[in-house]
Amino acid sequence: MLTGRAFKFGDNISTDQIIPGRFAHLRSNLPELAKHAMEDAAPTFVARVKPGDFIVAGSNFGLGSSREHAPLVIKMAGVKAILARSVARIFFRNAINVGLPVLLCHTDNINDGDELEVDLKAGTIRDITSGSQLTFSKIPEIMLHILDEGGLLPYLEKYGDFKL
Amino acid sequence: MGKTLAEKILSTKSGAEAKAGDIVVAKVDLVFVQDTTGPLAVRQFRAAGFEHTASSLEAILFLDHAAPSPNRELSNDHMLLRDFAYQTGGMLSDVGEGICHQIVAESLAKPGDLVIGADSHTVTAGGLGAFACGMGSTDIAVALGLGRTWLRVPESVRVSLSGRFPSGVFAKDLVLYLIGQIGADGATYKALEFSGDSAGAMSISERLTVANMAVEAGAKVGLFPADEATRDYLSSQGRGDHYQPLFPDDSADYGQIIDINLAGLEPVVARPHTVDNIALARELKGTKVNQVVIGTCTNGRLDDLAVAAKILSGKKRHVQTRLLIAPASRGVLLAAMRDGYIQTLLEAGAIILPPGCGPCLGLHQGVLASGESCLSTANRNFKGRMGNPEAFVYLGSPATAAATAITGEITDPREVL
Ligand code: SF4
Repeated sequence: MLTGRAFKFGDNISTDQIIPGRFAHLRSNLPELAKHAMEDAAPTFVARVKPGDFIVAGSNFGLGSSREHAPLVIKMAGVKAILARSVARIFFRNAINVGLPVLLCHTDNINDGDELEVDLKAGTIRDITSGSQLTFSKIPEIMLHILDEGGLLPYLEKYGDFKL
Repeated sequence: MGKTLAEKILSTKSGAEAKAGDIVVAKVDLVFVQDTTGPLAVRQFRAAGFEHTASSLEAILFLDHAAPSPNRELSNDHMLLRDFAYQTGGMLSDVGEGICHQIVAESLAKPGDLVIGADSHTVTAGGLGAFACGMGSTDIAVALGLGRTWLRVPESVRVSLSGRFPSGVFAKDLVLYLIGQIGADGATYKALEFSGDSAGAMSISERLTVANMAVEAGAKVGLFPADEATRDYLSSQGRGDHYQPLFPDDSADYGQIIDINLAGLEPVVARPHTVDNIALARELKGTKVNQVVIGTCTNGRLDDLAVAAKILSGKKRHVQTRLLIAPASRGVLLAAMRDGYIQTLLEAGAIILPPGCGPCLGLHQGVLASGESCLSTANRNFKGRMGNPEAFVYLGSPATAAATAITGEITDPREVL
């Protein structure tokens, strides 16, 4: 069970907003890079986010560049899961590969700052602030297995290859 | 039931009867990274305990995004990739050779290949009939080591093209129009497959432009059949033996069909800050532009420079509008010099940048000032994309870009043709 606050974002938050290209020189220095997470979408995000919080977004979250640094810096900022109506496909794979859960659900009625309780196994999200309950859709089994191991490298260490 | 192009290629590569919706493990032919995603891929490759890249694939490392490097951090990243190439025997495409997707198209990708790259515009090679898609660094690292990756076989949307482009209207206008119609997530997780007589009549460069932007509608791949134009292109690159014809089956299952008549199109521009925010170029007349960029993996090829040179011949750029040209590869630059386009563009007031990504992603070479606007032939206009979140990026064809460079405001190229 995960609990934390919602950080609400709109539709079409690109990886350029999540971690701008102008910081590409920091990509081999992840702790420095992570200080700029979400900077062009919410400049004060890193200062305000607390370990365990959630990013709650509209549709097509993470569109654009394939930079895996985007889910990495979100995870390093302490975010425990991303809830979105939809996510772009490369970002989706990358998030799972770095062990950051992506929960696809109707996020419209979750407000910024709401307290959420997420049950990853049951597939449910409770909005404690509003009292409402949501379910999120299943993701492909292979992604679930990767997520269960904490990411693609630990998955590979355990299974040695892709297991369908 | 017959197969779509996506199903055909993934069936071959997985050795299974791949149908849309299936998850397959497939053998990859070509794997590449570039200088902003490569260092993490190399570290993940080593963390996974791999020492050699799989012998069944070609591995290439491109230094193109920060080329030449603007600072020591990126220089160190370049050194890391060069060292990795030397140690593993991977191919290195060093600073100055050009953009990964252009070189993949010129020299490496074949029809029917499975190509994965640590760059979202890997889809470009779909213009040659390769199943080419972008992934992140860890997926790429694992594919480099194993020689395989997992994929969900995408549902395919058929985009059926008829008619001919009117004068002043180009492949870029077509793909911007399509994205405007279906939206920036209109093809998420799907394949866009282009077909029809007019797709067959398109040059490879035009197909590469269209396939390149498939990802801007969220698509996993943008695929063209491999036909005689593909064969001729491959022969012209000295690799005619890489050709094999590839077409979808007549009875393939396309969930959605989009018909577009090219004759009905006009020059289109994407406005800040999403690619689906399109307008007609003529509707944006009066929009001041401080910088014009012609280049990138979308529109930095010889035909693009030829169109720009034709429009700018004997003219001068607007005094308040900088004009930056970045040829997509060394080969493109050499051909453009041979054909006189570089001379024409320089005389018109252009700045010629080295082959590479140039100002496209805001690392170097043409970062915009706050409040400035740019019209670029690139594929993305996201907030902050060109290095400044307080700047504005518009996207258009090379013809629209050249016309805009002359007037200093967004201009329908038909006004100056
Ligand atoms: S030209 Fe632009 S879009 Fe193309 S690979 Fe380079 S940075 Fe990416």
